[in-house]
Amino acid sequence: MELISPADFAKEKIQAVQEYALLASRSLGNLFRRPLYVADMLYQADLIGVGSLSTIALTGFFTGAALAVNSAATLGRFGSLSLIGQLVSISMVRELGPVLTGLMVAGRNASGMASELGSMIVTEQIDAMRALGTDPTKKLVTPRIVATVFMLFFLTIIADLLGLLGGGMVAALMLGLDSHQYWTTAWQILVFSDVFTGLLKPIFFGFIIASVGCYYGMSARGGTQGVGRATTQAVVTSSLLIIVVDFFLARALAVWLGYS
Amino acid sequence: MATPTLPLDRATSATQDRVRDAIVFEHVSIAFDDNRVLDDISFHLPIGESKAIFGIAGSGKSTILKLALGLIRPDSGRIVVLGQDITELKEEDLFDLRRRVGIVFQESALFDSLTVHDNVAFRLIEEGKTPEDELENRVREVLRFVELEHTLDLFPSELSGGMRRRVAIARAIITQPEVILYDSPTGGLDPVTSNTIIELIVKQRDVYKTSSLMVTHRLQDAFTMASHCFNPKTNQMEKLPPGARGEVPMAFLLLRDGKIIFDGDIQELAHTRDEYIREYIS
Repeated sequence: MELISPADFAKEKIQAVQEYALLASRSLGNLFRRPLYVADMLYQADLIGVGSLSTIALTGFFTGAALAVNSAATLGRFGSLSLIGQLVSISMVRELGPVLTGLMVAGRNASGMASELGSMIVTEQIDAMRALGTDPTKKLVTPRIVATVFMLFFLTIIADLLGLLGGGMVAALMLGLDSHQYWTTAWQILVFSDVFTGLLKPIFFGFIIASVGCYYGMSARGGTQGVGRATTQAVVTSSLLIIVVDFFLARALAVWLGYS
Repeated sequence: MATPTLPLDRATSATQDRVRDAIVFEHVSIAFDDNRVLDDISFHLPIGESKAIFGIAGSGKSTILKLALGLIRPDSGRIVVLGQDITELKEEDLFDLRRRVGIVFQESALFDSLTVHDNVAFRLIEEGKTPEDELENRVREVLRFVELEHTLDLFPSELSGGMRRRVAIARAIITQPEVILYDSPTGGLDPVTSNTIIELIVKQRDVYKTSSLMVTHRLQDAFTMASHCFNPKTNQMEKLPPGARGEVPMAFLLLRDGKIIFDGDIQELAHTRDEYIREYIS
């Protein structure tokens, strides 16, 4: 393996960040330039949203159920088993719903975008598109970003609801708690800042997933091996970014909304 | 082969009034990492002429085509296409110019998720200015030109290599470009299919007077182009008598180590004293 000097390594990384920032800003700027490729956006929304629905539903449901099972022992020790609805509700809406949905969609769609665009790069289809007078960021990147942001928002809501349902089923069927009490406490504990935080995150995560996936796809080099590498990097980077951004976003919102 | 009635001559003659050269490279250099691919090269492609570019693999032949279309930018030098300096032109400003320049990529570069119809019509659909019935007529016309009208609804994966190349030619000529860039149009094809492709290129050159740059590894393709012309009456490519071979607007350009070592017509090529070139063409 060829060794690379630290200076070259740093230069390479800074250049990658610069290229990513340029692609991301151009694809956002395209929202205000014609044509808008609405049909491509709808197609991508179907692919990302409807295509991920079953994965997200299962993830949300079983996360909520596992959360209820795991917290039951601890809460039971303090005689607070009735708080299980509150715990599942807060955890799902503020944190687990958006993050797990983001991670699942990143695994499914960031890889798909990177491999699709990467294949188009290595087979010169992107060059052909440019040669035929079409801007690939407008035609390929912007619709994917818009569709992912839009659909992740709704997928997160579905994951939250199914997480609550999973927790509710565990509470009622396994722990013998009153179902009405579970749903009442789960509902009443939620305040504006919880819902706002939980619904703002998927907007950021959706942008990260699509822009990182497209960036790695558009910068794929070196044939099929390069496409494979781009796919892996897209999933790893977008997943890591989701977790890192989640922390900073949580902190910033806590300060801003005053619940820190 | 049926000749469609595309108004290509009009576009070409309009350009002839204004500029003499379709493409001009002036002291162009480009390097990828530490590899200097083109080193201070200069040449010009007159309107109506075809130029075949030769060189060993990695000598920068395809890079010339990508530079001519503005897909990549030179490190230094100047490139003028159809009278317009594209060296510093922004991507958005290049789109109009690219309408006047067609390109056939090495591996065809057809969009694999689109049918043949949508591939060929891609540019017209994207522009959104062509009425539906006119668009259909033009797609059928260019597919008839390459004898693939029956493949309209097929996907690229359902076509043979030669058919894909012909669809790529159809896609390149649908907007009636004034210049066409061919990147190894016969690469990887059998001799019979290669001849069909070369016949299409000769037809495009002689019937519509389109200027072209053609990158190729196959010397015989360029020699066929230089020694044949297309007869619209018989609708066939015909061999020229030996004395008339210099009359075809066809030139040869040979690259070596990033530099041009030959730029001339078939007569000059045949009489060159350069050992490397003689060995290359033998």
